[in-house]
Amino acid sequence: MSLFDMRLSDIHNRLHHKDLSVSELVDASLKQIGETDGKIGAFLTMDEAGAKKQAGELDAWTGERGLLFGLPAGIKDNIVTEGLRTTCASQFLANYNPIYDAGVVTKLKSAQSVTVGKLNMDEFAMGGSNENSSFHPVRNPWDTSRVPGGSSGGSAASVAAGQVYFSLGSDTGGSIRQPAAYCGVVGLKPTYGLVSRYGLVAFASSLDQIGPITKNVEDAAYVLQAIAGHDERDSTSANVDIPDYASSLTGDVKGLRIAVPKEYFGEGVDTQVKERVLEALKVYESMGAVWEEVSLPHTEYAVAAYYLLASSEASSNLARFDGVRYGVRSENPANLLDLYRRSRSDGFGAEVKRRIMLGTYALSSGYYDAYYKKAQQVRTLVKRDFDQVFERFDIILAPTAPTTAFKLGEQADDPLTMYMNDICTIPASLAGIPAISIPCGLAEGLPVGLQIMGKPFDEATVLRAAHAYEGNTEHHKLRPAL
Amino acid sequence: MSTPFETVIGLEVHVELHTKSKIFCGCSTSFGAPPNTHTCPVCLGHPGVLPVLNRQAVEYAMKAAMAINCEIAEWCKFDRKNYFYPDSPKAYQISQYDQPIGSNGWIDIEVNGQTKRIGITRLHLEEDAGKLTHIDGGFGSLADFNRVGTPLVEIVSEPDIRSPEEAKAYLEKLRAIMQYCDVSDVKMEEGSLRCDANISLRPWGQKEFGTKAELKNMNSFRGVQRGLEYEQMRQADVLESGGTIVQETRRWDDAQGKTFSMRGKEDAHDYRYFPDPDLVRLHIDEEWKERVRASIPELPDARQARYTEQYGLSSYDAGVLTASKQLADFFEESLKYTSDAKASANWIMGDLLGYLNANNLELDDVKVTGQGLGEMIGLIEKGTISTKIAKTVFKSMIESGKSPQQIVEEQGLVQISDEGAIVAIVDAVIAANPQSVEDFRGGKDRAIGFLVGQIMKETKGKANPGMVNKLLMERLKG
Amino acid sequence: MSITVKDVEHVANLARLELSEAEKDRLAGQLSTILEYADKLNELDTNGIEPTSHVLPIYNVMREDEVRPSLSAEKALLNAPEEEDGHFRVPAVME
Repeated sequence: MSLFDMRLSDIHNRLHHKDLSVSELVDASLKQIGETDGKIGAFLTMDEAGAKKQAGELDAWTGERGLLFGLPAGIKDNIVTEGLRTTCASQFLANYNPIYDAGVVTKLKSAQSVTVGKLNMDEFAMGGSNENSSFHPVRNPWDTSRVPGGSSGGSAASVAAGQVYFSLGSDTGGSIRQPAAYCGVVGLKPTYGLVSRYGLVAFASSLDQIGPITKNVEDAAYVLQAIAGHDERDSTSANVDIPDYASSLTGDVKGLRIAVPKEYFGEGVDTQVKERVLEALKVYESMGAVWEEVSLPHTEYAVAAYYLLASSEASSNLARFDGVRYGVRSENPANLLDLYRRSRSDGFGAEVKRRIMLGTYALSSGYYDAYYKKAQQVRTLVKRDFDQVFERFDIILAPTAPTTAFKLGEQADDPLTMYMNDICTIPASLAGIPAISIPCGLAEGLPVGLQIMGKPFDEATVLRAAHAYEGNTEHHKLRPAL
Repeated sequence: MSTPFETVIGLEVHVELHTKSKIFCGCSTSFGAPPNTHTCPVCLGHPGVLPVLNRQAVEYAMKAAMAINCEIAEWCKFDRKNYFYPDSPKAYQISQYDQPIGSNGWIDIEVNGQTKRIGITRLHLEEDAGKLTHIDGGFGSLADFNRVGTPLVEIVSEPDIRSPEEAKAYLEKLRAIMQYCDVSDVKMEEGSLRCDANISLRPWGQKEFGTKAELKNMNSFRGVQRGLEYEQMRQADVLESGGTIVQETRRWDDAQGKTFSMRGKEDAHDYRYFPDPDLVRLHIDEEWKERVRASIPELPDARQARYTEQYGLSSYDAGVLTASKQLADFFEESLKYTSDAKASANWIMGDLLGYLNANNLELDDVKVTGQGLGEMIGLIEKGTISTKIAKTVFKSMIESGKSPQQIVEEQGLVQISDEGAIVAIVDAVIAANPQSVEDFRGGKDRAIGFLVGQIMKETKGKANPGMVNKLLMERLKG
Repeated sequence: MSITVKDVEHVANLARLELSEAEKDRLAGQLSTILEYADKLNELDTNGIEPTSHVLPIYNVMREDEVRPSLSAEKALLNAPEEEDGHFRVPAVME
């Protein structure tokens, strides 16, 4: 068994009894990265020296230990780390050296995990396959001819490949959950506002959330505990009490009311994926939970609304990449306009340009009401669907993605088909509710993700339900043969 | 007016709010620091940063809006105004688009003794841009982001202004109000008060507005008036010669005294406003409103009315004194030391303003205090100095900031009111000027003036003029 | 909604992107497809439906007016592509 398959409490016990050192943990991480990342491509920037130095410091540490003490972690490369290159997998930021730490990075520092490097992703988090990284794609540890999902593909693949104990990803329309599903790991998108966005390079500000990717639900609870909480530097950060998530993992789901929305099992959802999810329902039944089929009638409009809103916000968020204060500036610009146009065109990849174009169009004079405002109104309807279901149910259960991981290049030039892959994850993003993806078995050797959505700020129930399922199944213990 | 056209003007005025820190980050707003040293990741627009609203900026904006009689929005929000320019780090400005903090206000102005009400469409809160310095003959620009994020209110008037003179009066009134509210330094030279204008002409009696030009770069009150006067004339010339006005932005060149078209901004108007998702809505309830309202001091109009009533000043004089808060405060300070309000008003409007205008100075630039003026008037009342001497003393006070007593002592300016001393001089002058004495006795009253002049000359102007007159007459008639 | 190459050029100008002829053609097609799909939203009557720009019912998030330390000029200019005398340098603003 790999060191990283141990429970967090066991690792901390062994560290406490000096049966294990942080340096050994970090070395194990660096060794595994060294051996496997040539195939996987999960990392964009390594901080080997920094990680080793920090490991040494933690081994000498005699004070009170942080929640994630000594755990090697990878951070998605759209979360800024002071002094450690942060690129968003974009050529535009190929040499960007951040001058501050993101809120979650500060929190990880006080929880005393060890950051070993920055993880690959779709450029500026736009994409669902990681093929949009402008450096190199990430490959799925279960089958390296397949994508790991995206945009947090590096974060999911890295955990699946045992390179790090946990990672942080970001989710705008499914970017934590879908790669977690494809890579057979646990990925949690918290309620919008639970985790600070300060220092998360914005894609779509009203949707972006940072969350953990781990090998099991318990670890997800710990990492969430470490990163959740109000941040005065983020105006959209909620000032709510943070419960003790680990203590909610009781294993008891008796009487839990589960809604199963029929729209998530329609056309386009792979038969085997449906089967795995229905099997999971049986497991819940056996544990005493009750379920009922429901309707979330506006689900079919969510994808269109999402792409309009997210692209519009992105077109404005990415305008700051103009080559004036940081980032790549094209050589010998004739004048200012030339500098803007060439720096941006050279710096951004095709998908990023496409979304900037879509968003700029949707916000431009004469189209705002027809597209942006309309999409915001549809967002209201989608949110109301959830509100109504949550009046009668505790959680909603659905597939995370309609299929398992597809092959690299398979969908590359068909944006709309690609966007439809997000049909199962987008609604929860629009509604801002928490949602987790956990492994629920394989389909033709590839992992399938089970998605559990909950009420706003009720991560505790989501985690409890996910953990109870995990405790009654072995799916989360499956590892890819690398 | 003799032209066949009526002028229609609307002003857009930007006022920098003098908060200590910027509107969305904690950097200082102070003026004059080395370039880019009042910056942080937030105001430099680094990836991942987020804005957090400064409460004081909101309250200043509320205060300013209330002072110009605006309705305060119960709910409002912030929007992004998207445009690329090197002085705008995020490539969008956080502003308020369709829900300004204040709307439907007005202020009264006075032109040629007539009071006129100018409507105010809206007042909204936004952030300032950075500063560009053009170098190498225009081949390069240097960006300093110290000013980025300074809170601004933009105040948009209705097109109610009918002449450049009214525009200047409006702007001066607005400045006074902002100054009274203590929300801004309102210095046009430092850019804390900026003014753009929309101006169009239409034949008298026509209801529809003519095509307007937008005027920029008017950096002084005088510049606003001159720029508008020039543009008014230019448009009239175009129209009278059968041409049409092009809707465009024009730049006022103060040195050349002309406006010039600013070309190449075709797409500048598609700002793609949308609500800023990084900020939450603002809710202003009655209690908050009342708390801010209570902090608004007496405004210029009220103060002007009080001066006419309380001190018997003319409306014009009261208007001049209250046009600037510093001046009005100076006046009131003087009244703690003298009860002669009219005298104080006359000294301020005559000698003080005359001095400042002649030397192109502001009240802030000189050291004289209201207390000094009050005490000086007291010295006149007591007969310690004459009104004539007081003019010298006051000028010296303005230049040195010294107290009148000190100046009088140092320069030996105390009035001679000792009868014996004056009689001696009077006798000496009479003895030395027999011809004048004869002329006077022969009925030439004017000769008396010469004799008084001689006496004042002998005493270096310090002799009490009343006593000189009295004693001279006694001696001549005796 | 059908997007022409001319529309693409207009939007690219607003977004300060320089596109090749091939990119313009491709984007015209792709944006048309996406926007046609987006027209699906018109099936819904949204009259009187409040737009959601924020899922959280929070408002009045403000900080007190306190000055915090700024960056050193060196750090502010750390990533500057071109600097001069403590400023960020850019080419001529004229177009």
